[in-house]
Amino acid sequence: MHREPMLEDNNSVVIENLVKQFGDFVAVDRINLKIRKGEVFGFLGPNGAGKSTTIRMLCGLLTPTSGRAQVAGYDVGRQPESVRQNIGYMSQKFSLYNDLKVIENIRLFAGLYSVPANQLKERIEWALEMANLKGQENLITGTLPGGWKQRLALGCAVLHKPPVIFLDEPTSGVDPISRRQFWDLIHHMAEEGVTVFVTTHYMEEAEYCNRLALIFRGEIVALGTPSELKQKSMKGELLLVECEPLGQAVEVLQSAPDVIDAAVFGNALHLVVRDATAAVPQVQKYLSDHRITVGRIEKIRPSLEDVFVSLTTARDSGKERTA
Amino acid sequence: MTDQPQSAIVAEGLTKSFPNVRAVDHLSFDVHAGEIFGLVGPDGAGKTTTLRMLAGIMPPDEGTARVAGCDVVHDPEGAKHHLSYMPQRFGLYEDLTVDENIRFYADLFGVKKAEREDCATQLLQAAGMSEFRKRLAGKLSGGMKQKLGLVCALTHRPKVILLDEPTTGVDPVSRRDFWRILYELAAEGVAILTSTAYLDEAERCHRVALLHQGKLLFCDTPANLKAKLGKGVLSVTSSEPRRLRDQLEHAIGISSLVLTGDGLHIVVDDAARRIPEFEARLNNAHVPFNAIQQVTPTIEDLFVDAVGSGASFHAS
Repeated sequence: MHREPMLEDNNSVVIENLVKQFGDFVAVDRINLKIRKGEVFGFLGPNGAGKSTTIRMLCGLLTPTSGRAQVAGYDVGRQPESVRQNIGYMSQKFSLYNDLKVIENIRLFAGLYSVPANQLKERIEWALEMANLKGQENLITGTLPGGWKQRLALGCAVLHKPPVIFLDEPTSGVDPISRRQFWDLIHHMAEEGVTVFVTTHYMEEAEYCNRLALIFRGEIVALGTPSELKQKSMKGELLLVECEPLGQAVEVLQSAPDVIDAAVFGNALHLVVRDATAAVPQVQKYLSDHRITVGRIEKIRPSLEDVFVSLTTARDSGKERTA
Repeated sequence: MTDQPQSAIVAEGLTKSFPNVRAVDHLSFDVHAGEIFGLVGPDGAGKTTTLRMLAGIMPPDEGTARVAGCDVVHDPEGAKHHLSYMPQRFGLYEDLTVDENIRFYADLFGVKKAEREDCATQLLQAAGMSEFRKRLAGKLSGGMKQKLGLVCALTHRPKVILLDEPTTGVDPVSRRDFWRILYELAAEGVAILTSTAYLDEAERCHRVALLHQGKLLFCDTPANLKAKLGKGVLSVTSSEPRRLRDQLEHAIGISSLVLTGDGLHIVVDDAARRIPEFEARLNNAHVPFNAIQQVTPTIEDLFVDAVGSGASFHAS
């Protein structure tokens, strides 16, 4: 391994006033972030919000218009080669060659990442061990169950022991047990000092991150741990309302006082209100007055998805959301 | 719940094998008019194969299925008249505009010219896409493409729609829009069968069939499914989640423990008994934590509990 450069205050990723413009369009607008060594960091945002542009800059694939970003101690604008040698990248969909054997995929990635010859054997063993694929070296990758493929893709992405890894929806479509095992692996790597940068649309994956940032229209609109975001970022409190008929209830509640938002959720409604305790009797009366039968009403904990939707729609003043 | 005359989809003992795998294994369920029914399970659970058999484009090895009263094996054309199937990669023409794509599908489905314009206007409005009628489909975002696919699939006003993972890769805001359209369709009496690999999305369905390796694990409403777990679920957050895990992972009474980004999600035998035990343990070890809370089980908890470690394909 090459000499590791000094990290600024033990941060593996440092982003300062980072901007990327395409013509008149500002895709990324002066974002700032610091990610500690060994942190599992989630980067969320709707399609077209500037997520991919940011990641491409952080991976040294796109030069920033202004500002700076440092990854694993290297500047993405001035040392993109060094950045690329010190990161691993894994996306469930595109990482592996399905028609190659397990061992062939590992060798291919070892070659792509220039793993030194004297370390090759040890790294291949390590990857097989980590992915729990010992004895399965000659299976065709395409025939592996989803959970195995995931771990193989991760093994391939970290053959060169990068200090920073980027994961793009790494456990999309995998069964919950394999998913839990995968995230255990990720947390073990993080404990050993690897910094993990995750992008996802799936809040089930976001829950596994130590901290989350939400990017919207090129700006970071929220930053915190999953529970901080659930506590602080909602514009109100959340009520679950069981009532009949649902469709009519949504319509009348749109114009009810104190109701910020009403949406159907399965067999019930989710209401965003300013103060849950005060709203319960009001909502009950309002619905009864409109001849709607009301069942259970209770305050529920917002999910990360509620937070995401609340934060993005609050800023989305009826304008076109995605480009 | 088995209100026969209302059943828009009836699957009985559906089975399909491929050379090395039984993709769908004696699957039975029914979907009523006006219901959103979720086929939920990981990749390889048999969701797509089931939808293809119901759409009349893949014959089952065994079993029968009726869609809108038509047998999909013996009368696939009759069934197709009443149903719409939206596969994972819906065939939008990227170099045609939104309007042109809709017109193309209306032609394919033989929709009368007189009915077409009203239908398109109404559907586009429901999808929040009225302003984008002249835009090329290739220039739409992922979420909008999915919505346009749905609009195209609805031009002939089907009674039954079959959707294969319609929200995969779609961001949460667009996903919510998409579900709003589904609820409106259901309210008009359309039967909707939709698949998803995301267990949290199952909670949006009226009823859910939880699939694993081609077999039906459970079929019920999300609320009843969660009640089936019969165990307590605890949530605890901490500024040092890893220390939290080290203290609790070998504690008595735990059937599963998951380290999340800022805490633990724990399934236990008896919540009332374990909460004080765990809190004492953490206090003794001086691990900082916020009070342990009992929370509603998730469908993932039920899935993991039902399938156990047998689903993990490996020993560790």
